[in-house]
Amino acid sequence: MKAIINKKEITIPDELRDNRLVEYLRDVLDLTGAKNACDMGACGACAILINDKPAKICHSLIRDVENAEVLTIEGMANPDGTLHLLQQAFVDYGAIQCGFCTPGMVLTAHALLLENPKPTRNQIRKALQGNLCRCTGYQQIIDAIEAASVNYSQY
Amino acid sequence: MSAKNPEAWRNDAYAKVTGKAKYTDDIKFPYMLHATPVYSDYIHAKIINIDISTASKAEGVVRVLTAKDVPGTNKFGQIIKDFQIFAEDKIFYNGDVVALIVAETRKNAIDAAGLVKVDAEEMPAILDPEDAMKEGEKIIHEDYGTNIINEHKIRRGDTEKGFSESDIIIEKDFSTQFVEHAYMEPEAAVCNPRHDGVIEVYGSMQHPFSTRRFVCALLGAKLSDVEIIGTPMGGGFGGKDDTAAIVCARTALAAKLTGKPVKTMYKREWSIRESYKRHPYKVHYKMGLTKDGYIKAVKCKIIADGGAYCSVTPWVTWRSTVQCCGPYVVENVHCDTYGVYTNNVVTGAMRGFGSPQMNFVIESMMDIAAGKTGLHPVEIRRRNMVRQNSITITGQRLDNHKVAMEEVLEAVLKEFRYEDKLLKSSRGVSDSDELYGVGLAMSYRGMSLGAEGVDFCSAVINVQADGSILVETGIHDNGQGSESAMCLLASEQLGISIDKIRYRRPSTSVIPDGGTTVASRGTVMGGGAVVLASEKIRKKMKPFAAKKLGCGEDTIIFRNDMLTDATTNKSVKFDEIIEEMYSSQMYPHAMGIFKAPKVTWNEENGQGNAYFSWTYGCQAIELTVNKTTGKVKLLNAVAAHDTGKSVNRVMTEGQFYGGMAMGIGYGLLESLNQKDGKIKSLNFNTYRIPRSTDMPEMKAIIVENADPNSPSGAKGIGEPTNELMAPAIANAIFNATGKRYFKLPVKITNK
Repeated sequence: MKAIINKKEITIPDELRDNRLVEYLRDVLDLTGAKNACDMGACGACAILINDKPAKICHSLIRDVENAEVLTIEGMANPDGTLHLLQQAFVDYGAIQCGFCTPGMVLTAHALLLENPKPTRNQIRKALQGNLCRCTGYQQIIDAIEAASVNYSQY
Repeated sequence: MSAKNPEAWRNDAYAKVTGKAKYTDDIKFPYMLHATPVYSDYIHAKIINIDISTASKAEGVVRVLTAKDVPGTNKFGQIIKDFQIFAEDKIFYNGDVVALIVAETRKNAIDAAGLVKVDAEEMPAILDPEDAMKEGEKIIHEDYGTNIINEHKIRRGDTEKGFSESDIIIEKDFSTQFVEHAYMEPEAAVCNPRHDGVIEVYGSMQHPFSTRRFVCALLGAKLSDVEIIGTPMGGGFGGKDDTAAIVCARTALAAKLTGKPVKTMYKREWSIRESYKRHPYKVHYKMGLTKDGYIKAVKCKIIADGGAYCSVTPWVTWRSTVQCCGPYVVENVHCDTYGVYTNNVVTGAMRGFGSPQMNFVIESMMDIAAGKTGLHPVEIRRRNMVRQNSITITGQRLDNHKVAMEEVLEAVLKEFRYEDKLLKSSRGVSDSDELYGVGLAMSYRGMSLGAEGVDFCSAVINVQADGSILVETGIHDNGQGSESAMCLLASEQLGISIDKIRYRRPSTSVIPDGGTTVASRGTVMGGGAVVLASEKIRKKMKPFAAKKLGCGEDTIIFRNDMLTDATTNKSVKFDEIIEEMYSSQMYPHAMGIFKAPKVTWNEENGQGNAYFSWTYGCQAIELTVNKTTGKVKLLNAVAAHDTGKSVNRVMTEGQFYGGMAMGIGYGLLESLNQKDGKIKSLNFNTYRIPRSTDMPEMKAIIVENADPNSPSGAKGIGEPTNELMAPAIANAIFNATGKRYFKLPVKITNK
């Protein structure tokens, strides 16, 4: 089967279709940004984007991304290594402490901003409701997303 | 990596935001095996047999380890060595590990875990510390001889007299709950047996040196045979000390016995079941005041549920004792504190370390006292709070730093418009469905370890031949950004651009034990050591610059990557001096050791200079309570803390917000739901930590009074911000509903 991961088309042997997606990303493709922190979809550390929509993949199977466009945190930065403006905002606003929730947070925020480039702070809070953070109290994460949203209207 | 916003500089931000940062579970070695712990159903039992025969033959299983496989010592601990690494003769709590499955895949290991059979003789479980303390109650740790782990006391003045002189006496009982740290990254360890015989340990743990001790004890190895390598960590909050070290130790044993790299990655349920928690407290508090609201006497009894093992219970309960009257002057104090063994989950260090519980009690009492005396809650605090040169309840005069109690209080009152909002509070009466209330709480906190422990830290600054710099300290980054703080301090001290400074990947094989990253001591102690190491580097460099610039050493300043003669403004490049030094074989390498100033403590009467300095904080919150559903909505919160000197403003603010969030969880949301010694809330669907939609907007006010006892001026911020939201919430809920809650988490009940 085929899938497009971070803009690159890959072919995955059919016998792997029923294997766990998060393990395939982490162990085979070395895309370790997505984390498995609760294994029940309650924390969002495993969140990636499938066709621009946030998906918690701790229980997903490889078949769930057949022919889909997948974006992981490793695919956010520009090809030359410079940060996507949303990532840069996270850095500049102190939205990163231990960093464990960061990949899921950035991707979920990115999906929000693609859909709604001018969210209110409450709308941002609602969009991140499924992403737990124990370090930041969410304050600077919301600040970063609000600041970055200014540039999303240009998409 | 220079950030576009230099005030937000962090050395690890790029790696974390791009997913490049490798946490322990992201690390792989070829031929790596996987290990998983095996628990039993028992709470308190005498082990008869652990049958691993079926499990050992399961698919993919390489070995099953039990206590029988331990070459060294199976029991360890930081104070009392009662912590079993593998359950041996007894099971003391439901999270005791009876075996470790080592298999080719994690799935193989998890599947085999269910095949281990534990046969044990059940013993009655003692789950209430007050029962455990009773005469004649069964002793849980027989060789210790008592269920009372430790006692602390304060005997100051004459409380009988103080109460007799009081116009008003208030006596209340409070209780708080077990709290799970809920770091987003569960415990994990990867142990690699190196070809030279050293076992390398990568792990999510907050105290690499303690971890090394645990590992060496279990393996019967020398300290030089084990190397703990610093690994990015997904949060600790005090919770990755004993349990995390034990996870590393078991994994290291598996690596040693199989000769292969081994990884243990904890499922959330194992983490919550096994790892130690914040102590639940039962506090009986009696306060006597004059009708003008001056506190004449306090008598309190504090009982801390110490759980199955000692861990750091004596140290946690010590802080509670020293701070048992809050930031107030009280001449007559009688305090008895007990840490008690039970068969509940182990309790140990968690952000605050005995202060969140006590501040809930004291700041609730102050608002109650305000009500009883008819005084404004701020006024009653003003009348009793510590000021410059006040004497604390342990007899310490607050004269070696600026006492900022009033400053932080005023900052919150002003920013929050507390007085106005208090007047608008509903007190149970409202035309609409919503009741509105505001609450305030304040505290002071002794810095660093105090008389609990030996308090020092070291740092190494190693300037390379091209002028680039490697910094390493004994402080371990839990995710809070301590590495960045050290680099920023070195940058400031040496006048060098931050781009030239790198924090070296830490290892226990390079730097002396810097003590643990707890007690909000990272920037104070590690930063202190960096400042002292920098001084040594400057001292080594000065003669070279003096010669080049034709001036005395005294006039040389370090800035903008140069050494400059302040009188003539003639400069020479930092890198040039370094080059010369290398040519002359005078290496710009220095180790700084910062020893915390001396503290004192008298066990008999609980008097002494308990901490070498103090930090002050105040927080306020406004909320609504729905009259019908009892649902609480948090609207807005403000915090002011005296951080000493803020090294990185954005990171400091991050500590405010994160601490307040954890305090909000403590006050309103978090409960393990233990029943009969078993934890029911084992994952995030039932253990409710604050989500983005639970949190109010927050404002952080940094008050900076550089501390003269801290070489960097910093005081410490991680914990002060965590210890005040719960009482502020309890006070706000009273002001909204007219009902006082004495138990955490606050659960609104309709009368």
